[in-house]
Amino acid sequence: MVVKTIPEIPVKKGEPPYKLWIFEPGEKKEFPLVFNLRQLAEQRRPALIPGHRLCAGCAAPIVVKLASFAFRGPTIVVSATGCLEVSTSIYPYTSWAVPWIHNAFENAAATASGIEAAIKALKKTGRLKYDHVDVVVFAGDGGTYDIGFQALSGMAERGHDVLYILYDNEAYMNTGIQRSGGTPKFAWTTTSPVGSVLPGKGEHKKPIADIMVAHRIPYVATATPAHWMDLMKKVRKGIEVNGPAFIHALSSCDRGWRHEEAISIEILRRAVDTCYFPLWEWTPETGYLLTDRSLVIARNPSLKQPIDKFLEVQGRFRHLLRPENKELLKQLQDYVDAVWEDLLKRASNAPR
Amino acid sequence: MATLRSWREIPLGGVAFRLSTDVKTGDWRALRPVIDQSKCTKCMICWLYCPDMSIIWDGEKVFVNYDYCKGCGICAHECPVKAITMVPEVGE
Amino acid sequence: MSRLQLVPKYPREKQVMMNLNGDEAIAYAAKQSYVDVVAAYPITPQTIIVEKYSEFVANGEVHTEFVPVESEHSAMSACVGAAAAGARAFTATSSQGLALMVEILYIASGLRLPIVLAVVNRALSAPINIHNDHSDAYLMRDSGWIMLFAENVQEAYDTTIQAFKIAEHPEVQLPTSVHIDGFFLSHTLENIYTLPDEAVYEFLGGPRKIPKVRVDYFGEEVDYVLNPARPLSFGNLALYDYYFEMKIPQLIAINKALDVIKQVNEEWYELTGRRYGNGLVDPYMVEDADIVIVAMGSGAGTIRSVVKKYRERGLKIGLLRVRSYRPFPHSDIRNLLRNTKLVVVMDRAIGPGQYGALYLDIASTLYHERSRPILVDYVYGLGGRDLSPDMVSTMINQLVKDLERGYIPEEERLRFLGVRG
Ligand SMILES: Cc1ncc(C[n+]2csc(CCOP(=O)(O)OP(=O)(O)O)c2C)c(N)n1
Ligand code: SF4
Ligand code: SF4
Ligand code: SF4
Ligand SMILES: [Mg+2]
Repeated sequence: MVVKTIPEIPVKKGEPPYKLWIFEPGEKKEFPLVFNLRQLAEQRRPALIPGHRLCAGCAAPIVVKLASFAFRGPTIVVSATGCLEVSTSIYPYTSWAVPWIHNAFENAAATASGIEAAIKALKKTGRLKYDHVDVVVFAGDGGTYDIGFQALSGMAERGHDVLYILYDNEAYMNTGIQRSGGTPKFAWTTTSPVGSVLPGKGEHKKPIADIMVAHRIPYVATATPAHWMDLMKKVRKGIEVNGPAFIHALSSCDRGWRHEEAISIEILRRAVDTCYFPLWEWTPETGYLLTDRSLVIARNPSLKQPIDKFLEVQGRFRHLLRPENKELLKQLQDYVDAVWEDLLKRASNAPR
Repeated sequence: MATLRSWREIPLGGVAFRLSTDVKTGDWRALRPVIDQSKCTKCMICWLYCPDMSIIWDGEKVFVNYDYCKGCGICAHECPVKAITMVPEVGE
Repeated sequence: MSRLQLVPKYPREKQVMMNLNGDEAIAYAAKQSYVDVVAAYPITPQTIIVEKYSEFVANGEVHTEFVPVESEHSAMSACVGAAAAGARAFTATSSQGLALMVEILYIASGLRLPIVLAVVNRALSAPINIHNDHSDAYLMRDSGWIMLFAENVQEAYDTTIQAFKIAEHPEVQLPTSVHIDGFFLSHTLENIYTLPDEAVYEFLGGPRKIPKVRVDYFGEEVDYVLNPARPLSFGNLALYDYYFEMKIPQLIAINKALDVIKQVNEEWYELTGRRYGNGLVDPYMVEDADIVIVAMGSGAGTIRSVVKKYRERGLKIGLLRVRSYRPFPHSDIRNLLRNTKLVVVMDRAIGPGQYGALYLDIASTLYHERSRPILVDYVYGLGGRDLSPDMVSTMINQLVKDLERGYIPEEERLRFLGVRG
């Protein structure tokens, strides 16, 4: 069956919500950021359409969906190899409503650099049909912390106008839950198994967003889909700045974290409530600023939950709750507290 | 499911030629979300979080598109007024 | 040739003589080819290309976006992104850099993106070596790229411009590499004839043209490009149900390139008065030869001069230079070597545990001939070792003996030229 009608945005009443994003040449309209959800549902379609084969309850498509609600207009999306890419592009089907490219695992940032350069060259020579075309990357933790880090750092250093969104499910999920530089200490993965000698991964999570701050690019932020308004605002800021932007979005994986499907959003809320994953943004002008729930916690420290609240619902940390591993749990709590304290010192909007 | 095509019909560079809306992931579902419209406040939280774009707002109410809903239960868990219940699918 | 004394559209007096080395010639050719994006990383002996191009950008002589990437892997990745976004993209590398690119070379061809890559051939580590051989080129042998080998600086210039036309031909749409021998060509000055900018622009038909594609969800043909007006998905996951079918059009396209390379060679001839054999192979005194030497790259120049000397002494010997290594011109080669008694293949690379790569190609071409010539493989010039006329003479003297003997024993079918015993 051929879809004959070229769909329009905004969505007309009664029209199916699953249609491609079409921007006719010369289209100048910029989408406003909408936080009224009914309005949003009536005016915007997500960049991802259903029929994708991500696990039930996977948070990765929620990250993409919410981020795409904050896109401002014509946008090209680049994906690194990983769960999101594989499950949304099983031939002959695509789940992408926007122009999309997957190149390889470690080169999403380099691919995006090339696209951005092409857009500039086309614009310079009068061949670009739009005022601007935004370039947004979605890559996993493996494709960002580890194998793709060089390309990401290069893209940041060269100053390409690209928004890079890391959906961090804290392991190589697509290949079957192997540890990455983004896997937290003591987490079980298939390459950091819990054995009679070793209690899961031996090393802490790499502070990737701080490393991107050290690049002094125009915008860096952390986010979770559970804090959707915060995430959407950050995505829009990341797109609007001139130059590279990096958003580190925590993304739960029921299969790899071993939790119930229904609590994917709940768990991300707990990640923030326990200060395991604080929400902040950084610009060269403002420095670190706490946002959303993390700012609330900074102002009212009694709201800060113990790390157990984050761990107890996840099978990958089950061993930490055994009495003999009390010391390990404390180690993890101390680490989370230290990182949080450090952030409070740096964040200019944290109460002194 | 579309019939498999010959190489003559593969578009240049192997771009995808169909949309995944052809793939009805609803058959993965073990639990079915059922919305109690009388409790629903139309807050749209379920619509916002559904990973499979399976909650539809038709301008008046929210409903579930069972073609794609995988039954993850996020909508039911997140609904502030507990208007959604997950009920077991009865096998055919 | 049927066409007698064609007057080219740009006879020599309308061309511009320039004193350039191979790298500069390639950079200059790319500059004239209206390239939108160059993403490159330096490596000896390719560096001059990147440096020259950076100068063109710094002086505002081109509209090109130059992306000084942090690795060759990213260079090819950025070219893939740029080409998918509709740009004409170019990069250059050598040796270790090509090795780092390999993963993405396959993706560029699989996605049918007409990127042009200049490979300044250099030996692979270990031991690390900056000089020429062809071992790096064979890394990309099966990557789905069109691979053209130039013999001299003039041909490097000509072939770089031709490469864009071949790659972007509507029925080809495949990435294309232009190979020159490191230092022997990259760093050697030659007086070459270049076209005026507008002639190159016209030859290429202006900026890159985007091919059309048809997918079920649009009722019309749409541009094969990352286009917000008609979104397409590039680089999908295809499993056992589709992967095989998706590879076939790629094979058809590269075979189609056989005709296109020939055609572009003729068009170039009409434009400039220069051509290289039929574009695919460049034979020299092959027709009645008993012995034919098959070679690629700059070594062919040396071999030709020695062959000429032997011809003068009455030996029926010829040279067959392969210009298009991929697609491999089987039928042209078969037709040319059909009546040869002894074919010697000169491989500038080893194939550990096997004969050299070019030898295997030639052997597979000749297998189906009724009277197969004697075939021998000479490996020479590894790591930049010079191929001197004396070495070629020594080889030919041995070949004459082999021909008299009428066969080459199995243990002698792989020989090494110029290695200390
Ligand atoms: C060069 C290379 N090495 C390894 C792989 C195998 N591989 C594919 S996806 C993947 C893990 C992806 O992990 P991540 O980036 O965290 O994404 P996720 O699947 O977890 O969403 C790996 C190791 C590959 N495709 N390419
Ligand atoms: S394995 Fe995890 S990240 Fe991958 S699709 Fe399943 S839930 Fe999502
Ligand atoms: S979350 Fe609950 S109350 Fe809100 S719209 Fe959905 S069903 Fe209705
Ligand atoms: S159960 Fe999951 S997939 Fe189904 S409607 Fe609810 S959130 Fe969407
Ligand atoms: Mg991951």
